[in-house]
Amino acid sequence: MHTSQAAVDEHAHENPALLHHFATEEQQKNAASLGMWVFLAQEVMFFGGMFCAYLVYRYKYFADFGSASQQLDIRLGAINTVVLICSSLTVVLAVRAAQIGKRMALVFWLVATIFLGLVFLGIKADEYAEKFEKHHVPGASFSYHELLPSQEKLPEAERQYADPHHAEMYFSLYFAMTGMHALHMIIGVGLFGFLAYKAWRGKYTPDYYTPIENAGLYWHFVDIVWIYLFPLLYLIDRHR
Amino acid sequence: MFGHLPLWPENASTNAGNVDALYIFLLLVSGIMTVLIFAVLTAFAVRFRKQKGQRAVQIEGSHHLEITWSIIPFCVMLMFFVWGAVIFFQERTPPQDATEVYTVAKQWMWKFEHKGGQREINELHVPVGRDVKMIMTSQDVIHSFFVPAFRLKQDVVPGRYTTLWFRATKAGTYHLFCSQYCGTQHSGMVGWVTVMEPRDYEAWMSGGAANQPLAVTGEKLFTELGCVTCHRSDTQGRGPNLVGVFGKPVLLEDGRTVIADENYVRESILEPAAKIVKGFKPVMPTFQGQVSDEQLNALVEYVKSLGGPQSGRPVNANGVAAATPQP
Amino acid sequence: MATAVRTDTGERENYLNAGHGPKSWLLTVDHKRIALLYLISITFFFFIGGFFALLIRLELLTPAGDLVQSDTYNKLFTMHGQVMVFFFLVPAVPAVLGNFLIPLMIGAKDLAFPRINLLSWYLFIIGGLLMIFTILSGGVDTGWTFYTPLSTEFLKTNVVSAAIGIFFAGFSSILTGLNFIVTIHRMRAPGMTWNRLPLFVWAHYATSIIQVLGTPVVAIALVLVVLERLFHLGIFNPLLGGDPLLFQHLFWFYSHPAVYIMILPGMGIISEIVCCFSRKRIFGYKAMALALLGIAVIGFLVWAHHMFVAGISVYAALVFSLLSYLVAVPSAIKVFNWTATIYKGSVTYQTPMLYAFGFVGLFTIGGLTGLFLASLGVDVHVHDTYFIIAHFHYIMVGGMVMAYLGGMHFWWPKISGRMYPEGWGKLAALIVFIGFNLTFFPQFILGYMGMPRRYHSYPPEFQILNVLSTAGATVLAVGYLLPMVYFMWSMRYGKPAPPNPWNAAGLEWQTPSPPPTFNFDEEPVVTWEAYNYDEMGEIPEKPENVEVPVAH
Repeated sequence: MHTSQAAVDEHAHENPALLHHFATEEQQKNAASLGMWVFLAQEVMFFGGMFCAYLVYRYKYFADFGSASQQLDIRLGAINTVVLICSSLTVVLAVRAAQIGKRMALVFWLVATIFLGLVFLGIKADEYAEKFEKHHVPGASFSYHELLPSQEKLPEAERQYADPHHAEMYFSLYFAMTGMHALHMIIGVGLFGFLAYKAWRGKYTPDYYTPIENAGLYWHFVDIVWIYLFPLLYLIDRHR
Repeated sequence: MFGHLPLWPENASTNAGNVDALYIFLLLVSGIMTVLIFAVLTAFAVRFRKQKGQRAVQIEGSHHLEITWSIIPFCVMLMFFVWGAVIFFQERTPPQDATEVYTVAKQWMWKFEHKGGQREINELHVPVGRDVKMIMTSQDVIHSFFVPAFRLKQDVVPGRYTTLWFRATKAGTYHLFCSQYCGTQHSGMVGWVTVMEPRDYEAWMSGGAANQPLAVTGEKLFTELGCVTCHRSDTQGRGPNLVGVFGKPVLLEDGRTVIADENYVRESILEPAAKIVKGFKPVMPTFQGQVSDEQLNALVEYVKSLGGPQSGRPVNANGVAAATPQP
Repeated sequence: MATAVRTDTGERENYLNAGHGPKSWLLTVDHKRIALLYLISITFFFFIGGFFALLIRLELLTPAGDLVQSDTYNKLFTMHGQVMVFFFLVPAVPAVLGNFLIPLMIGAKDLAFPRINLLSWYLFIIGGLLMIFTILSGGVDTGWTFYTPLSTEFLKTNVVSAAIGIFFAGFSSILTGLNFIVTIHRMRAPGMTWNRLPLFVWAHYATSIIQVLGTPVVAIALVLVVLERLFHLGIFNPLLGGDPLLFQHLFWFYSHPAVYIMILPGMGIISEIVCCFSRKRIFGYKAMALALLGIAVIGFLVWAHHMFVAGISVYAALVFSLLSYLVAVPSAIKVFNWTATIYKGSVTYQTPMLYAFGFVGLFTIGGLTGLFLASLGVDVHVHDTYFIIAHFHYIMVGGMVMAYLGGMHFWWPKISGRMYPEGWGKLAALIVFIGFNLTFFPQFILGYMGMPRRYHSYPPEFQILNVLSTAGATVLAVGYLLPMVYFMWSMRYGKPAPPNPWNAAGLEWQTPSPPPTFNFDEEPVVTWEAYNYDEMGEIPEKPENVEVPVAH
C-alpha cells in the first residue's frame, strides 16, 4: 500500500524509469526488492533439496565420502572461496558507486565482479577437467580405487579402499551441486554483463539503481551457497 | 457378479476385525457429520432464501463458536489418531514365535520360501490360527504385499527387508495383490493366500518333493562362499563369531549399538563396511552382485538358526521351531 | 466514473478490444489478457486429461484388460495424473482467476511484475509442449508419482521429457506465486489494509507461499531423476548404494503442499460467492484468513502420510499421522464458517451459488475421508486402493473443479462482458454434481474391498461398482462440455453485462465489464470493510438489466 494519488501525478512525469503500473518510485523499488527476496527464498528450497540428499548420504557413507572428498583440491577450493568473497565486495562497491552517482566507478566494479566470476568458473572448469581425467565423473567411465581416510598409516596389506559405488554417489552429488551452482553463476555473470552495458549507457543514477541492488542480492546468495558447499564438500572429515 | 454382496471384504485375520471396528466408527462419525452439514446447509438455504422485505442480518463472527468447533473436532480426531495408532503398533510388532516366510518380489511375481525350503510362486499357504511373519525384499522395483482380507499391506523395497505379520482366523483362499505400481504387469502380479487347517497345512508342508530347509541351504552357502573361514564358531577368527548373535544388540566400532536383525545381517553381507563390530577390522569383502536375494534369505536364515532369542529350540524337518523352549 | 475512453470504432475501450492481432496478445503484459491466454491453455489440457480419464473408465468397464494393452493403460493413468495436476489443477485458479482478479480486487493497475507474468505463461507453454511431445512420442508410464527405481532404472519411455516439462510448469508456478506475494504486499490501493482484503486474495497469498517454497523441492527431485537416467547415477538405486525412499520424501515434500495449492484458491472463490449470494459478510473473517495461512503452514509438515507403508519407522508414522489430523482442523473451520455465513442471509440460487453448495458438500465428504487416511490402522488397508482415488477426486474434482466452475460463472460477466445463459448454467451444475457422485462414490467401496489403484484388470467381483463409476464419468463429461459450449456461445450472443450484475462487494465490480486495460480510471481509495453487504442492496432479479451508469 502507498499513500496518495497526488504523488502519482507528480512523479509520473519525472522519472522515465517509473513503470506505468506503479504509483511511486518507492513502491516500484520496494516491489522489486521484495520480489528478489522471494526469489531467493525459493532458491534456498531448490538447493536445499540437494543439500538434504547430500547430508543423508554423507551420514550413511561417512568414510567413503571422506575418501572422495580428499580427491578434491582444497587449495583450488579455498582460492575460489576467496575469489567469490572478493566478488561480493566488488558488488557492494558497485552498489555504492551507483548510490553516489559515479558512473565509471560503477561500470568498473561491475566488470570486476564479472572478471572474478569468470575466474571462479575457470578454476571450476579446471577442477572438473581433472575429475574427468581421473575417471571420477559418474557414469559409464567412472572408476575409483582410492583409500579410505587415514589408511596410509596402516601397513600396506591392511589398508582399506573406499567402496566405489559410494564414492560415485559422492561425485554424483558433487557435480549436481557444484554444477547447479555454476549454472547460477553463469546466469549471474550474464546478468552483470547486461547491467554493465546499461550502466555504461548511463541508465543508473542515485535515484534509480534498483537493478544493481537486486542483482547484488542475487550474487550474494550465489556466494553464500558456495560458502556452504565448500566446507560440506571439501573440508569435512578429510582426516580421521 | 453377485456372488456375495460386493460391499465388504472378507474378514480372515485377527487384525481385520480391529481395522473394521475403527473403520465403522469413522464411517459413523463421518456419516453423522455429513448428514448434519448437508441438513443444516439445506435448512439454511431454504429458511433464509431471499424474501421480499427481509434483509440479511450481518453477523461478524463468534470467538466462542470458532474455538468450540475447533476443539471438539480435534478431540474427536485425537480418538481416531489414538485408535489407529494402537492398531498400527500391533501391526508393526510381530510376535516372537511367528512362523517366518521369506518373500522375494520381482516384476511380476511373488516368490515365497518357507523355512523348510518349500517354495511357492504367487501362492502362499499358511496355517490358520498361527502367527506368520513375512520377511520381504524386492529384486528390482518397489512392490507392495497386500491382502485385503487381512487388512494389511507393506511395501516391498529393493535393497532391504520389510516385514508384515498376521494371524489368519478363517480357512479359505484370499486375494493377494501387488499394490505399488511396478510396471507393465502390475495388475497381473496377483496371487492367492491359502489358509489351511493345521492338519491340512502339515500335510501340504511335507507333501511334494523333499525340500532342504532354508537354514541348511544357508549353511551350505556359508561354506561355499568362504564365510566360514573368517566367521569361525570354534575359535576367534578374523570376523565375529555368529553363534548367538541374531536378535541381540551389537556394539559397533563407532560407538553405536544396533540390533542384529534381518536387515543387519543382509547389510553385513552386501555392505560390510557400513557397520564394523567393535574390536574388528573392516576387512570383510562385499558380496554385492554375487548372491541373489534368495541366497541372501538362506544366509540370513542360517545365521538366525545359529542362535538368538529364538534359538535353543529344536527345528523340525519343515524348519519350523517348536513352540516351547526345551531345557 | 470518468468518461470512458473510446476505440476507433466508437466502442468503449476495454482490455479485449485494446489492440488487435496475435502480437498484441502474445506480447501482452496486461494481466487480464495473460489470464485469458492461460484460460485457453489450461482448458486445452483439461480436455486432454479428461480424454485420458474417459479411456481409463472405458477400460475398467470389464474385469479383463481388453480395451488397451497394459503398457498403454499405464501411460493413460500416468499422463491423466500429470496433465491434470501440473497443467490444469495447479495453474487453473491462480493463473486464470487470480491473475485476472487480484489487481482489480486490491485496486492496482496490474501485478507487480507484468513481464514476469508473461514469462510465466511462456514457461507454462514450453512445459506443455514438452508434455505434448511426451504424449505423441509414445507416452510415459511412471505413474504421476515417478517412484524410483522404476522411473530411473526400469522404464524405456520418455521419462526425461515428461520430467522436464513438469519442471517448466513448476517454474511457471513459482513465478506466479512470487508475483502474487509482491503484488499483495506492495500494490494495494490506499485504504486497502490487510484486514479489508477479500478472502480470495488471502487465499492466493497463502497459495503463493506454498508455490514459492514447495515447488523448488519437486523441481530438484525431478532434476535428480533426469540426471540419474541420463548419466546412470545411483542416487536412488539400491544396487549402487542409493535409497528409493529419498525420492519419495523429496517428491511428497512438494506434492502434499501441492494439493493445498490446488484447493486454497478454490476456497477463496467459495468465500466470495457465498457472501454475495447470501448478501452477507463472511462469518469469522479473521478465522477464515488465519485458517488459510494455517493450512498452508501445517500442510508442509504432513508429507510422509503418503508413506505410512513405504518403510518409514513407526515413530515417524505416528508423528505424521498426528500432524495430518492437525491440518484438518482449519479446513473444518472453513466449512462451518461458510455454513454460518448463510445463516440469516438472503439466499438466491444462481449458478455460482449452486457450485458453491456443491463444493461445501463434496469437500466435506472428501475432507472427512481424509480423516480415515490419517488414521494409521485404516490407511494400511486402503493405501494405494480406490479409496485413495475417491478421496482425492472428491477434493480435487468435487471441490476444486466445482469451485473453479463456480468462479468462472461468477466472474464471467466481468471477464467477457457477457452474461452466460442462467438456465443452462444451472442444468450443467446439476449434471456435474450427479455425474461426479456417481463416478466417485462407488470407488470408496471398491477401495475398502481391496481393489488396488493403477490396475488394468481386476477380479470380477469388482465389476458392478466399476460399471457404475464409468456411467457416472460419461454424465460428468457432458456436464463439463456444456459450459464450454455456452461460454463460447455467450461471447457472441450473450446479453451484455453491466459492471456489477450481482451487486457484489469488491473493487473488481467497480469497473466496467470488461474492464479497461489499466483497470481503474482513478486509483480507488478504500474506506469500507470487505464484504460490506450491509451497505448494498439486493441481488438484481435479472442481472443483465441492471442500470449502467457509465456513458455508452
